[in-house]
Amino acid sequence: MQRRALLLSALVPVAALSLPRAARAADTEVTIDNFTFSPALVTVSAGTRLIWTNRDDIPHMVVSALRPPAFKSKVLDTDDAFAMVFDTPGTYSYFCGLHPHMQGMVVVT
Amino acid sequence: MDDTTRTTNGTDRRGLLTCMLWAGTGVIWTVAGGIPRSGLLGSAQAATPSGGFSFAQISDSHIGFARDPNTDTPATLAAAVAQVKAMAPALILHTGDVSHLSRPAEFDTAEKILGASGIETHYVPGEHDMLEDGGTPFIERFQKRHTPGQPGGAFYSFDQQGIHFVGLNNVTDLKAGGLGNLGEAQLAWLERDLKQRSDSTPIVVFAHIPLWTVYADWGWGTDDGARALALLKRFGSVTVLNGHIHQVMQKVEGNVAFHTARSTAFPQPAPGTAPGPGPMKVEAGRLRSVLGVASIAYVPGRSDLAIVDSPLGA
Ligand SMILES: [Cu+2]
Repeated sequence: MQRRALLLSALVPVAALSLPRAARAADTEVTIDNFTFSPALVTVSAGTRLIWTNRDDIPHMVVSALRPPAFKSKVLDTDDAFAMVFDTPGTYSYFCGLHPHMQGMVVVT
Repeated sequence: MDDTTRTTNGTDRRGLLTCMLWAGTGVIWTVAGGIPRSGLLGSAQAATPSGGFSFAQISDSHIGFARDPNTDTPATLAAAVAQVKAMAPALILHTGDVSHLSRPAEFDTAEKILGASGIETHYVPGEHDMLEDGGTPFIERFQKRHTPGQPGGAFYSFDQQGIHFVGLNNVTDLKAGGLGNLGEAQLAWLERDLKQRSDSTPIVVFAHIPLWTVYADWGWGTDDGARALALLKRFGSVTVLNGHIHQVMQKVEGNVAFHTARSTAFPQPAPGTAPGPGPMKVEAGRLRSVLGVASIAYVPGRSDLAIVDSPLGA
């Protein structure tokens, strides 16, 4: 697990999110609210794009729990978003780099 | 409250600490005979006994935050600085989250406002200050007067008027599911740093996240804080000053007194009293008084106790 190679195919810049999301059927949304990733566990099929959106009035981050991290967002201020496509099946734990007690998991099937 | 307090046992020190005063955005500490004592912001006479030495703590200014309940964090920081300045403390400790997003413009604003005090100010980083380039912009700007405990490390110590001040960084290299983190290198440095001090040296440790566990569910603690505290155990007078939780908390354990200061930006809820630890919403007109009023400590029946009202409240 700790030695897992980087399996992620794309880090999509936040700017790309100005595309209409509804048009992308494969997107899965995770909301950050009240210092919680919601849902904290998402199960998606390979190729799905995940979008995290910060609805808190405090900044958060999305950081892979691997050391060194396999993925890491910029700091997300209120209403900022971070997107990433998960192409390879596996389990991806992550946390908030500012508030590490905030944790989530992505299961890709 | 005389000078003998310092050399007596923990019971007397505990007695002393029940007299501690709290101010909304700054706590003025006066050291007489090695024991830090708090004082009323805006009341310099009360805080500085003859031959004493006073210093101030400012925390969590969050310059860049501009939402409910505070759309003007520069103004509230400026108000805090003005009041601290009126006290004429020998130095100011800023316990982190100077900025909200580590942006250069936020650092510019904070540096200007805090610099206007004309009082020597020592900083440790909050997690909001270390978001860019591993924290280098913060370290280079706000810690340049100090030699770091290790190259690139945001921790250091200095001595002033007989007190050994230790500024620690517990906001970087945080681990999933964890709390604040000091790390091996910093702990090793701390051990070396303290080794050179006698047991009777008053120690003031300042760091952003509480070194003791205030509320783990909200991340309000430091994973390896106990290891730092073990190194401090032999000293007769240890004061640990933290921020991060935007409210006053205090605890005494043996010769160690723990305190957290309020924010100059916005209050946060008491542990477990809200779904999350985000900013508490208060009406704009009431912000300053709420910042100051919510956690006044009052112990009745003590003639040497002064009660502190919010220094920012109207
Ligand atoms: Cu967070």
